[in-house]
Formats: sequence, C-alpha cells, structure tokens
Amino acid sequence: MEPEQFETRALAGWGRTAPSVSRVARPRTPEDVLAAVATADGRGVVARGLGRSYGDPAQNAGGLVLDMTALRRIHSIDADTGLAVLDAGVSLDQLMRAALPFGLWVPVLPGTRQVTVGGAIGSDIHGKNHHSHGTFGNHVVSLELLTADGSVRTLAPEGPGSELFWATVGGMGLTGVILRATVRLKHTESAYFVVDTDRTADFDETLALFSNGSDSGYDYSMAWFDSINTDGRLGRAVFSRGSLATLDELPKKYRADPLKFDAPQLLTLPDVFPNGLANRLSFRLLGEVWYRKAPKQGRGQVQNLTSFYHPLDMFGEWNRAYGTHGFLQYQFLIPFDRDAELRALVRQIAESGHVSFLNVFKRMGAANPAPLSFPREGWTITVDFPIVPGLDAFCARLDEQVLAAGGRLYLAKDSRTDPDTLQQMYPRLDEWRKVRSSVDPDGLFVSDQSRRLGL
Amino acid sequence: MINAVGTPQSLLLLGGTSEIGLAIAERYAGRGRLTVTLAARPSPRLDAAAEKLRGLGATVRTLPFDALDLDSHPKLVAEAFAEGDVDLTVLAFGLLGDAEQLWQDHAAGVELAQVNYTAPVSLGIALAERLKAQGHGSLVALSSVAGERVRRSNFVYGSTKAGFDGFFLGLGEALRPHGVHVTVVRPGFVHTKMTAGMKPAPLATTPEKVADVVVGAVRGRKDLVWAPAPWRLVMSALRHVPRPIFRRLPI
Repeated sequence: MEPEQFETRALAGWGRTAPSVSRVARPRTPEDVLAAVATADGRGVVARGLGRSYGDPAQNAGGLVLDMTALRRIHSIDADTGLAVLDAGVSLDQLMRAALPFGLWVPVLPGTRQVTVGGAIGSDIHGKNHHSHGTFGNHVVSLELLTADGSVRTLAPEGPGSELFWATVGGMGLTGVILRATVRLKHTESAYFVVDTDRTADFDETLALFSNGSDSGYDYSMAWFDSINTDGRLGRAVFSRGSLATLDELPKKYRADPLKFDAPQLLTLPDVFPNGLANRLSFRLLGEVWYRKAPKQGRGQVQNLTSFYHPLDMFGEWNRAYGTHGFLQYQFLIPFDRDAELRALVRQIAESGHVSFLNVFKRMGAANPAPLSFPREGWTITVDFPIVPGLDAFCARLDEQVLAAGGRLYLAKDSRTDPDTLQQMYPRLDEWRKVRSSVDPDGLFVSDQSRRLGL
Repeated sequence: MINAVGTPQSLLLLGGTSEIGLAIAERYAGRGRLTVTLAARPSPRLDAAAEKLRGLGATVRTLPFDALDLDSHPKLVAEAFAEGDVDLTVLAFGLLGDAEQLWQDHAAGVELAQVNYTAPVSLGIALAERLKAQGHGSLVALSSVAGERVRRSNFVYGSTKAGFDGFFLGLGEALRPHGVHVTVVRPGFVHTKMTAGMKPAPLATTPEKVADVVVGAVRGRKDLVWAPAPWRLVMSALRHVPRPIFRRLPI
C-alpha cells in the first residue's frame, strides 16, 4: 500500500474508553494487507474489524491498525454442504443476508451482527446457543492466516497446524492477520424463532429454571435479570429460550417468505447524550419496562431476529447513550458448582451503587480446545457499568471473587484488568504464548490490550 | 496503558519528592501493579519516598534529575521511556521563593524562572516527542491559581506559573491529535513543605486532596482542573476585577 493510503487517527472500543492514536490502513486485497504489514515498525500492527469489542484489543497506540472492513468478499456459499468461504472483513450481518436465501443460518451469533468474521474468530465469540452449538471457532473449517514472516498459512482444527489454528481462535488477533475463513453454516427452514418465555420472581427461581434442564430442549437460551432492586426482586429475570422455527411451526403470514431477513432498525442514536443519563433512576425505569413487557409465561411465540435475538440492534450506535465518558462491560464466568459465589457476586453488583441495565445471564456449554477461548461449562453473567469514580476499585474486588470461584473474564469485553489476574484466570496462557512466540518471535502483532495485559 | 477506568500502569514523576506528586503515585499504587519512576535530585527523602511506594506494592526506580541542567533533559526522558511506555507523567517540581527577594535579587529571580518555566518547557518538548510516538498517555502539569491572574504579592512566581500554564494548555492542544492528553491542574494554597510556615490562604487544601482531583481528571481526560474546585469560580471572578480595584485587594 502507498503511504498516502494510511491515515492517522484515534480509535477506541465500543465502550468508548481509553482511545489511542495509530496509523490506520484499509486494505482491499490480501496483497494490500501484506504490503501494509510490511510497513509496521517497532510499535507493531493489529487487525481491526467493526470495533465491537468493548475495550482495547483492536487498537494499537503509536503503531499500525488494519481496518479489515474493506476486505469483505463472500467467495462462495455451498447450499448443500453449508460451507461458506469468506474474507475476514465480511460482517455477520452481511453473511446472514447472503446465506438466508439458501436456507442457511449463521451458526453462532453474538449480541450484535455488526462483527466481522475475523473478529468473531479472534475473540472466539459465543451466542445464546453456546450450550448447544459452542463458539464461532467450533464452526470454522479452515482459515488463512498471514503470519509475522510474511507467509500465509492455511490452518484447520485438526492435523498439522491445528495448534496455531486454536491459538488464533480466541487469540485476539495476536498470532497474525486472518485473511479468509471457511465456515460451516447451519441449515434452517426459516429465519424465525419459536420462543418460550418465563418471568421469574427472584434469583433462586432464575437459577432453578436454568438448572432443571428447562433450556436443554432449546438451541437458544438466556435471561435478562434485574440487578438494580436489592430487595426480594434481586435477580428476577426474563428467561427466554427458543429454537429456529420449522416451516410447520410458522404461522401462515410468515410462510410465504420464511427466510426473509426480518431485523428492523428503528433509528441510529445521535451523539448528544450527556454523561450521567445512564443512572439508577433511568435504569430502574427501563428495567421495569423491560421486565413488564415480557409475558409472565409465553409459550410457542414466533419472533423475528430482532425481537428474540438482537433487541439492541433496533438502536444503531446505542453506546452513545452512555455519554462521552463511556462504559465498560464486565462479563465473567464461574463453574457450575459455585452457586454460592454466583449469588454473592450478583448481590454485590446490585448493592455496589454501580448501575447496570444490560444484565445477561446464561448457562455455558463445554469448552473447545482454544487456550484463550472464554467459554467453558458454567454460568456467565454480563453487566454494563457507566464509567464513574470508584468503578476501578469495585471491579478489582469483583475480579478477586471471580478468581476465587475459579472463574474468568472475557477478553473481548475486558478493558481494565491486569496481567496477574488474567494469568491466573487462564491457566493455559503460557501454552498459548509458546505457540504465539513460535510464529511471532519479535511480537509484530500487538494491541493496546496485549500491552496492558502482557499478552 | 491507562485502562478504561483511568488507572495507569506506569508513572513518571518529575519532581520525585514532591508531596503532591507522591500523593498521586500513592493513589495509583494502591490499585494493582504500578511501575513508578521518580526523577529527583538524589537524597534521603527520595529514597524514603521510593521505599514507601514499594511498601504499597509498586515497582519503583529513581533517576537523578536536575531541573536547571536543561541539556540533560532529553537524556533523562529517554531513560524514563527506555523500559517501555509511560502512561502517566506528572510534572510536579517548582520553587516558591521569597516574593520580595525574587524581584530584587537577580540570581534568585532567574533561578526561579528557570526552574518553574524554562525547565518545564525543556521537559515538555522532550516528553512530547516520546508521547507522540507512543500514541497514548496522559501528562499532568501542576500549575497554580497564582498564574491565572498574576498579583503584586507574588508576581515573579505567579508569572512563571502563568507561562507554565499557557505552555501546557497549548501543548495539550498540540498533542491532542496524537492521542496524548494533557491536564493542567491549578491548585490554590496547599499545605506542603513548600508552604510550611506561611499563613494558609482561604480554600487551603492538602496534597492528598489535590491527588484526588488529579485522579478524577486523568480518568475523565479533563484539560483543566482547579483544586479544590471552587477556585474555578473565585478565579473567574478575580480575572475580571478592574486593575485599580484588583490593586487594592488584600491578596
């Protein structure tokens, strides 16, 4: 790439905290990527997708960042095998729109479709179907990785190169630049979900619903829970679970076009929200509405993608509602047998004075072979906190308890923890480091997150 | 890196025995792994300060620093950055002097001007080069309300702080496109060794309270803060007092 194609600008994560400035290149071809990487200096380089990670993994202060969103070609989709060959910059939204007419479904979707294939692999994202379908990495059949020596390696989950494959899955872009991937899509008869919903009265009931196997018959399940009310209502939840609808399950009005991409967006939020709007009062109101609008016990409701899966996508750029100070997302996971610790953590969050509206609770399935992949069997809880004084100390206390309960934090969400804590949370970190240093001995691939966490 | 909640991992304190500077370092040292570089003239005070921070869990090293040796500044800054990025730099050295001596004693006046203004400019330029290259970081410059409107009673000191203040506000604008944030802090009267024996002015504060203001300003990426905050109102009133009246004020 020519020097004039580089731009110097500030980048931040979705939480809009800790911005840094770097040279940014927007390669259009794999050759562009190679040429751009060759210009990297001692400050290194990292690839960036659509910037939906909350913290700092897709920025590189003083160095080079590759904006991969122009490398977005869908090379092929095979309607029979479900195999899709995709450039790293293809977004899951784009993929879904392209694949649905073939009766194919993106097998793992996070809370937004605005992520790239490269980012989905690098963060080894999961969705509401983790307990039934695993992570995104579990559906990658092969990938092409540009490594520090300038070569492009084709990697698969098994056989030669599988070590590097699994170090790249969840590797936060630090093993190289993912150029292309082959992903196995899932066959579906419709783009709608058949959904069962329960409103629980308190955390015990929420936990019981997840524990009694009531989500095992469904592909997708999650609960939104109340973390503002500290009385008996603490942890009350809207617990929803569902599966993709078959043609027979669809009401007549949807049958004419069962594979319609039905995901409306209401509006894009302007960047005018004051700091402090996200507070206890507004969250209490919103939370009450959210809770009340769910049916007490809904059975067999047919819902579209937005209402069941991506309610937040109704509002483009919703992170602006938190104002310029930004926010952080705290997602942790602790093993199943640590219920007491889980309850204590939820109570602490509610009583902390730090308010969160987007509280997600989910049962996770088995881990995959990737050393830095976040999910493993256990409970995961996600909360959002606006950045206010005292949040650092509070989160540090949460870290200690998560650690003590044998849990961990999700790197795609983390924007604040420290190297020691992370090392303890990921016992296989050194194994990953070994693979990484074998392909990138000089640390060409770096990010603000890797600097912060000593990855 | 300074994380999402405003906590740095490495801190360079220029004026390594400054009470305000050390109070800032102590605030951060209590929050996990912190590497601190204390730049100051070697002294038992410096060693004690380093020991205290180590006791709080920080990794501490000291670098010899002479504000008046301007030529040594680029090398000092290079050494400070030799072990990796510096997330937060605090400029916390300065002289107060005897106000009446300063405008009548050539040597004393010039020395104060060099320590309070020339040396910060010298370091500011050397720091800017490094910070620009690293693409992130915060710089906290401890100014003074005395520089906001210079008054007769300490005008030599006040004028150096006025220059200092203007330089770092401007440097902040120059560094903004490079991802570096500069915070100018204007404390009022602070109880320190520098002001020991002086009659406390209204709104007098302590190094610890100034440190709290700084921690908040770094987290919020503020350009300009007063310590304590009411000074902002006081000074914005004083700024507009006509000179004949200003002259007669007992300040």
